Amino acid sequence: MPDSERHDFDVVVIGAGGAGLRAAIEAREKGARTALVCKSLLGKAHTVMAEGGIAAALGNVWPEDNWEVHFRDTMRGGKMLNNWRMAQIHALEAPERVLELEEWGALFDRTQDGRILQRDFGGHRYARLAHVGDRTGLEMIRALQNRAVSIGIDVFMECKIVRLLQDGTGAVNGAVGFWRESGRFVTFGAKAIVIATGGLGKAWKFTTNSWECTGDGMALALWAGADLIDMEAIQFHPTGMVWPPSARGLLVTEGVRGDGGVLKNRDGERFMFNYISPFFAAETAETIEEGDQWYTNKRDFRRPPELLPRDEVARAINSEVKAGRGSPHGGVFLDIASRRTPEEIRRLLPSMYHQFKELADIDITTTPMEVGPTCHYAMGGIRVEADTEATTVAGLYAAGEAAGGMHGSNRLGGNSLSDLVVFGRRAGLAAAERALGMPGDPDVSESQVADVTRHARSYFDNEGGEDAYALHRDLQDTMQSLVGIIRVERELLEAKERLADLAERAAKCAVEGNLQFNPGWHLALDLESMLAVSNCTTLSAIERRESRGGHTRDDYPGFRPEFENVNMITRLVDGEYTIAQEPKPQMPGELSKLFEDGAH
Amino acid sequence: MSVIEEVPLPGPRPQPIPVRIGAPRAGPPRAVVLRKDPWWAQPLITGLGLAAFVVYATWAAFRNGHYFVGLDQARNYLSPFYSPCLASNCPSAVRWGPITPANSGFSPALIILVFPLAFRLTCYYYRKTYYRAFWLSPPACAVADAGSTSAKPNGLRKRYTGETRFPLVLQNIHRYTWYFTFIFAVLLTYDAIEGFRFPGGVGMGVGTLILVANAVLIWAYQLGCHACRHMSGGSLKKLSKAPARRWIWTNLTTPLNKHHQLFAWLSLMSIVVSDLYIYLVSSGAFSDPRIF
Amino acid sequence: MAIDTGPAPTTVPEPPPGAPPKDLVMHLWRGDASGGRFQEYRVAPQEGEVVLDVVHRIQATQAPDLAVRWNCKAGKCGSCSAEINGRPALMCMTRMSTLPTDQPVTVSPMRAFPIMRDLVTDVSYNFEVAKLIPAFKPGPRDPDGLRRMAQVDIDRGQEFHKCIECFLCQNVCHVIRDHEENKPRYAGPRFFVRLAELEMHPLDTLDRRNYIREDMGIGLCNITKCCTEVCPEDIHITDNAIIPLKERIVDAHYDPVAWLGRKITGRPVPLAAAEARKHTGAAHAQPAAPATPEPGDIA
Repeated sequence: MPDSERHDFDVVVIGAGGAGLRAAIEAREKGARTALVCKSLLGKAHTVMAEGGIAAALGNVWPEDNWEVHFRDTMRGGKMLNNWRMAQIHALEAPERVLELEEWGALFDRTQDGRILQRDFGGHRYARLAHVGDRTGLEMIRALQNRAVSIGIDVFMECKIVRLLQDGTGAVNGAVGFWRESGRFVTFGAKAIVIATGGLGKAWKFTTNSWECTGDGMALALWAGADLIDMEAIQFHPTGMVWPPSARGLLVTEGVRGDGGVLKNRDGERFMFNYISPFFAAETAETIEEGDQWYTNKRDFRRPPELLPRDEVARAINSEVKAGRGSPHGGVFLDIASRRTPEEIRRLLPSMYHQFKELADIDITTTPMEVGPTCHYAMGGIRVEADTEATTVAGLYAAGEAAGGMHGSNRLGGNSLSDLVVFGRRAGLAAAERALGMPGDPDVSESQVADVTRHARSYFDNEGGEDAYALHRDLQDTMQSLVGIIRVERELLEAKERLADLAERAAKCAVEGNLQFNPGWHLALDLESMLAVSNCTTLSAIERRESRGGHTRDDYPGFRPEFENVNMITRLVDGEYTIAQEPKPQMPGELSKLFEDGAH
Repeated sequence: MSVIEEVPLPGPRPQPIPVRIGAPRAGPPRAVVLRKDPWWAQPLITGLGLAAFVVYATWAAFRNGHYFVGLDQARNYLSPFYSPCLASNCPSAVRWGPITPANSGFSPALIILVFPLAFRLTCYYYRKTYYRAFWLSPPACAVADAGSTSAKPNGLRKRYTGETRFPLVLQNIHRYTWYFTFIFAVLLTYDAIEGFRFPGGVGMGVGTLILVANAVLIWAYQLGCHACRHMSGGSLKKLSKAPARRWIWTNLTTPLNKHHQLFAWLSLMSIVVSDLYIYLVSSGAFSDPRIF
Repeated sequence: MAIDTGPAPTTVPEPPPGAPPKDLVMHLWRGDASGGRFQEYRVAPQEGEVVLDVVHRIQATQAPDLAVRWNCKAGKCGSCSAEINGRPALMCMTRMSTLPTDQPVTVSPMRAFPIMRDLVTDVSYNFEVAKLIPAFKPGPRDPDGLRRMAQVDIDRGQEFHKCIECFLCQNVCHVIRDHEENKPRYAGPRFFVRLAELEMHPLDTLDRRNYIREDMGIGLCNITKCCTEVCPEDIHITDNAIIPLKERIVDAHYDPVAWLGRKITGRPVPLAAAEARKHTGAAHAQPAAPATPEPGDIA
């Protein structure tokens, strides 16, 4: 049997979560021959774990809502570091993308008059999240998956891409990967490639992310010469499970707080009222009484601080635990049992009820949950052009969590699912346009292919090296303890050194067994990606000497004006990670007016 | 604007699902039962239960006597096995225009039992039970179908065709049997009301209570039937546009359907209990206590 | 092919009082297409663990090449389906504390599917069926560009949308598990759920009833309810999806009264299966690839 398998397509989309599926659908509908390549089975991507909803200013619950308010919320949530144009496109196009999901069979919860019901979430001024109970991501991925299958897109499942291929000018023209089942290598020729591989949470120890989130796409782009942007901005979700140990890090949806859940410390105090930053003071309730009235009268009262943006809440929980006011297992209490009837809880939060019942043997209708911060989302990622999602490498596009810029330094809940479909579609469109405008077939360099396969197989020849599982544990410990939710220069520098050491050890990593479905080998290759993105995050975190959004520096608390208008750009130059500060795009005057009058 | 190609007209026959057949299967052979719980208990118990009913019903149907407690015992109880009583030899108090020749001696039960029998035989719940308990197809979940793991002596295995061939394709007549047994449910209700008829007015005995309970359970089974649930509202795409059917579907047929298994067994037992009670009273084993 | 069902179940002795908790004894299926056997592993128990945690610990410390498919470890993606002590279940949602520890815990792959390696099976059959499902076909939007649906009309569909495609129902369905020859003409419980969702969708306009009978083979199902028993999402597959589909097929195909009603009222006849077939993914397959260059020898 020949050892090579070759497929040529107009557009190859890497990653089959929300963004990848949407990109592939768009490219295919535009007439491009499209392939979708994913590391897991179709429909298992991390998107299924999104719970709360998809943010779009449909105005179904609050007619006052419109794209400008959504835009403003997004920018403020991201502490103004967002690419304004992306935030604008996102707010403008999200409603149509949501309606389109319905076209493909999604069944969102309804209002009384039959329109899409929207729920409250942290940082969103109005109830804005279209949702399906607390399993919105599943609904979205299934609608997209069914659509993709029904229009005949070719799907390559359980196929991991190891490297991108480039022509003489540096433009990408293909990718090399292998089937996880057999370990056989496969080459894709492509006129355009869309990266939609999601996040990098698996570099941290406590994370909501699944095993797939190893920063593959960011690393592929980096290795191909693309820029990464604002990699220091990592979101720690304030509410992850903390017990039992095996479930530590698992997401507890923000919907719990949107539907009335409150945070309490060991003493039963609603401590969030002590952590309202001046930036959000104008729109946040000052007393428990005011906050509680908001749930029933949102027009006349301000929202409780439990619904501040995620970075604020995560830091507050972190401080409470550090001050010794935490729960028995090192978190705080999230209490919905005392605020809603058991029937309501089971109806509104079925999968949370299920998750705690099955995994922790806790009945959330009677017992408060124990929660703490957990690594959740990378705001940073591949630097893209706002309108087309083109990266700095010709022929390469990126969308979804793998791309950066849209969310600034902190993402609002619900903005991720809308990001996926808004920019997934645009990336697929731009990729199809490029591909359909190119004559001939992609001319893949066989020697590049040979280099990649030789490298990927070399792990089997490393005698006496450490195994990938141990290295992965060390990496996770390093990132968790040194590049975690609160950062200081000394620890970041130590992390940098440890990462250099880990990279050396990882190169000698030894793999047992054979090519056939070998998780040890897969992890060794995923480690390459995780190390690359961890380096970028650490470098950016050292460089941004201020605290902003998901990036909190103990030694530089608060915003600093010199970092207000710069993005951190990491790239690989001659095999070395480099960092540069570049000015962020400036918002035009008519949009910046939206931020002048304080409250909208 | 989508530019996906116009589809070619597919062929007139179903396309087979492209799938590998005969590839080495995962795990130990199917014949190895890995379950550690007493998986055999449920098919055994339900199988014995059904068998016991069949034995009793056969005896009861061929008994052709002691199925009515009449005025001679100051009661008016008719066994559900014999209602409606259509034969010429039925007691005149409960006879409905005889359809058999005079003095034919034919058991009245045998004329009518085919209807409830067909209803229960084609019932989705009973199908599950007897396919599991008697066909062993499958005996329990993740336990191999009987005969599916070893070739027969001639090297052939019987092909599994489910409910696609005669006679099992007749399971699809379930809703017609429902129409007929609806009449029976009405008649059993009538019999229960008749059970209140005492010499000189209204009264109630233990037998009356049993007949009332039987009628109630029969209705719970009848209205919780899957076909009934479908016809009452399940067939609609938009329940919101048919408020009455929606109400029936939401508040009556669906809740009863959730407990269809329970009512299948309870109504089966109540028929037996009713018949046995009437037999015992009629044959003089004891007399029916009067409550008022 | 060499098949060894492994060591016979042994009794694990109780540790003396005061001793550390006894090790968990796990029998994991190891093997590939050429054969396999249960391999015994012993690991120390940890608090609050699920089966997948233990399998991962074995992988990280004793068997680095142990193949196991998993993603979210939270019961949301449906990847880690297996048979635990012979019962089809998700490894990530089966707590060790719910299993008897006086005997080894066996973990085997889903036996209805071909083996890939160890606990990983080839579930491609399911994705092939998915390509044959006639897609959702809504009517036009409302004049204001929205689509209105009453919550009561989508409640049934939302139950079916809970499906995480773990394929445990497909695995346990004896129609294909024990009679593999039926696979080419039988969609299986997961896809009956999907078809039921489409048939009950308030805005759908396509009639798939003949198609479900002819192409999807629903008549093979004998409603023995194992799919419902194993569903980790608690979807009432048999009662709420399969039986309502069977009843719809009675409407379309086995009910002379309904037939007569259609004749009299002039209501449309059930759509021919061939028409529904046009709406499948298989009917929209992309054109074949342009001629590819001969692959060079890159080994």
